[in-house]
Amino acid sequence: MTTTGTGSSRSNGTAGLVAGLGVFSLALGAAEVASPGVVARLAGVRDPGPTGRATTMLYGVRELVHGAGILGGRRKATWVRTRIAGDVLDIATVVAGAARSGASPTRLGLTLAALAGVTATDVAAARRLSQESDDGECRATAAITVNRSRGEAYRHWRNLEHLPEFMAHLRTVRVDPSGRSHWEASGPAGTTVRWDAEMTTDREDEEISWRSVAGADVENAGTVRFRDAAGGRGTEIVVDLRYRPPGGSTGAAVATLLGEEPNQQLRDDLRRFKQVLEIGEVVRSGGSPSGQSTRQQLAQRPAQPVA
Amino acid sequence: MRANCWTGKRSVEVRDVPDPTILNRRDAIVKITSTAICGSDLHLYNGFIPTMREGDVLGHEFMGEVVETGPGVDDLSVGDRVVVPFPIACGVCGACERGLTALCENSNPNAGIAEKLMGHSPAALFGYSHMLGGYPGGQAEYARVPFADFGALKVESELPDEKVLFLSDIFPTGYMGADMAEVGPGDVVAVWGCGPVGQFAIASCFLRGAERVIAIDRIDYRLRMAAETGAETLDYEQVSVPEALVEMTGGRGPDKCIDAVGMEAHHAHGAVHAYDRTKQALGLETERPHVLREAIASCANGGIVSVIGVYGGVTDKFPMGSFMNRYLTMRAGQCHVHRYMPTLLEHIRNGDIDPSFVITHRLPLGQAPEGYRTFLEKADGCEKVVLTP
Ligand SMILES: NC(=O)c1ccc[n+]([C@@H]2O[C@H](COP(=O)([O-])OP(=O)(O)OC[C@H]3O[C@@H](n4cnc5c(N)ncnc54)[C@H](O)[C@@H]3O)[C@@H](O)[C@H]2O)c1
Ligand SMILES: [Zn+2]
Ligand SMILES: [Zn+2]
Repeated sequence: MTTTGTGSSRSNGTAGLVAGLGVFSLALGAAEVASPGVVARLAGVRDPGPTGRATTMLYGVRELVHGAGILGGRRKATWVRTRIAGDVLDIATVVAGAARSGASPTRLGLTLAALAGVTATDVAAARRLSQESDDGECRATAAITVNRSRGEAYRHWRNLEHLPEFMAHLRTVRVDPSGRSHWEASGPAGTTVRWDAEMTTDREDEEISWRSVAGADVENAGTVRFRDAAGGRGTEIVVDLRYRPPGGSTGAAVATLLGEEPNQQLRDDLRRFKQVLEIGEVVRSGGSPSGQSTRQQLAQRPAQPVA
Repeated sequence: MRANCWTGKRSVEVRDVPDPTILNRRDAIVKITSTAICGSDLHLYNGFIPTMREGDVLGHEFMGEVVETGPGVDDLSVGDRVVVPFPIACGVCGACERGLTALCENSNPNAGIAEKLMGHSPAALFGYSHMLGGYPGGQAEYARVPFADFGALKVESELPDEKVLFLSDIFPTGYMGADMAEVGPGDVVAVWGCGPVGQFAIASCFLRGAERVIAIDRIDYRLRMAAETGAETLDYEQVSVPEALVEMTGGRGPDKCIDAVGMEAHHAHGAVHAYDRTKQALGLETERPHVLREAIASCANGGIVSVIGVYGGVTDKFPMGSFMNRYLTMRAGQCHVHRYMPTLLEHIRNGDIDPSFVITHRLPLGQAPEGYRTFLEKADGCEKVVLTP
């Protein structure tokens, strides 16, 4: 089961990753400036000497600047990219320094491995940050495996009026005899968002696609695909949603439809779908009395019985 | 009702909270007759498990009497005496069908949080953080038991609470430690940790026919208890464990190694302990993996390392080279309690084992805070605390 996606949906996870890199920079920088000899030796350089110590200290200053830039700066993507350049410099210096002063091979290996790991993290963060500035179309995707036949899963979804039972943002879906559907979803601050939709694809036990027709508050389209899971493990369900508010920004669209973490919200919706199909209802706990809900996961009540 | 609540690092408090009610069709409400404090609760108590909230009701080892059932429960009646497994499992998802109930795909309403930290979510557990479900625990007068028709094990009234209570967790957990290590006749097994979980791992190795079990700890009364079960013992503050194990096994190392300590291991060498303690405090690693490193390095070529001690996040200096080059296997997990309960109940009925041997302290629920302190400090010969509401 995987959740994949692009666009603004990643912003929270990315923020955490980026903040982590910032803090890491500050901590490492502080250590390098305060005790360059110790850090150099831990990194595998046996006798750092005055040049080695000075280099390490300079690198410490660089880490501090990066850390401050990433945590406080507005152009985070640029700061993360400068970190990548720094990472490459680190690796080159460690190798050169080691060749000069006879480093212990084990420590050198450990250091290089750690640096490679940090570089990979930096590259990932930079790539995510640059994907966030896009053209305003939002996309959410999620997948889940349900221990039921393809036919059963398809039929439950095909009755669109079932969707609000497991899709948290939907209030009602009504299908009229012509096949056109009328959707109502909760918008920000108690508002209601409405649109009409038509089905664009309907292949039994395989795929359902729909899209909003002209006049929608939020232009949107979606596809759900059903396929057999390997080894007789039921049905894999993959959902892909796209939406765009009328002339609005990415942020507004996200807030309007799927909250700030659209991929997670969609994945939580799919988990509810799985629960409904497998056990007949949505599972509740003291901390999450209304079941799977991204918002509730962020604002848990204590794990106590519900009064 | 009264319930023992987590109120912050190193602090629990018995408070008045609402009585539980039926929230799902397959729920039952159980009036608790006995409940225990587990080494896993100490990780919460010490603040090492993320996503706890002030006021969370603790406790995952409990049993009692059914006082109410939801409309979807047909094989339990009011008055039935039941032991409740600590993982919450639906019985119908793919994982449950394969017997992996600690990985139930439906019980965790907060699976999204767990996925962020672990990639995929395991099952929810009673009283064990919000990322693992946010379910109130069983150190209380009553508990709501979801999927009671699948989870709760009925036990006859001839067996006293103290003999069957540990079917909820530590007996199956110790047994799974031996099962994951494929312990059988002729094996030499080393078990790190002689807490209650370690004691049941040792006993289970013998139940499965192990020839020798070597038990490792530093607390003398715990080592004595292990010796009474038939283990040879090592005090890791008196000897170097890897050297002693080499010596005791003719240079081979133990065939199977069981880690029954987990993330809060202690190290006899002050500097090594300080290294991991510091990294843990700074959040650069979440574990103190002394036992894991020692078990891997000590295990015989081609052997199995079985991890039942709980870990929470990421670890540092994992000896991958030793692990890979020597064809070791590692298995780990929260216990699939449901799967082991019936067999182990049979062992208790037959008199093969009386699990009450680990109990040293019996306290009323109101004294839970004192119970936590005594168990944490290993004071007063404390091995296992049972609370009665
Ligand atoms: N996998 C599961 O399903 C499951 C279930 C229950 C408990 N657990 C875990 O099992 C572990 C043990 O639980 P417990 O109730 O026995 O706890 P406990 O705290 O009573 O026992 C831990 C023991 O480990 C010893 N120890 C510490 N450092 C050591 C070292 N370096 N070498 C050898 N021994 C060392 C301690 O002295 C103590 O006696 C905990 O991590 C707990 O969370 C796992
Ligand atoms: Zn436990
Ligand atoms: Zn399940």
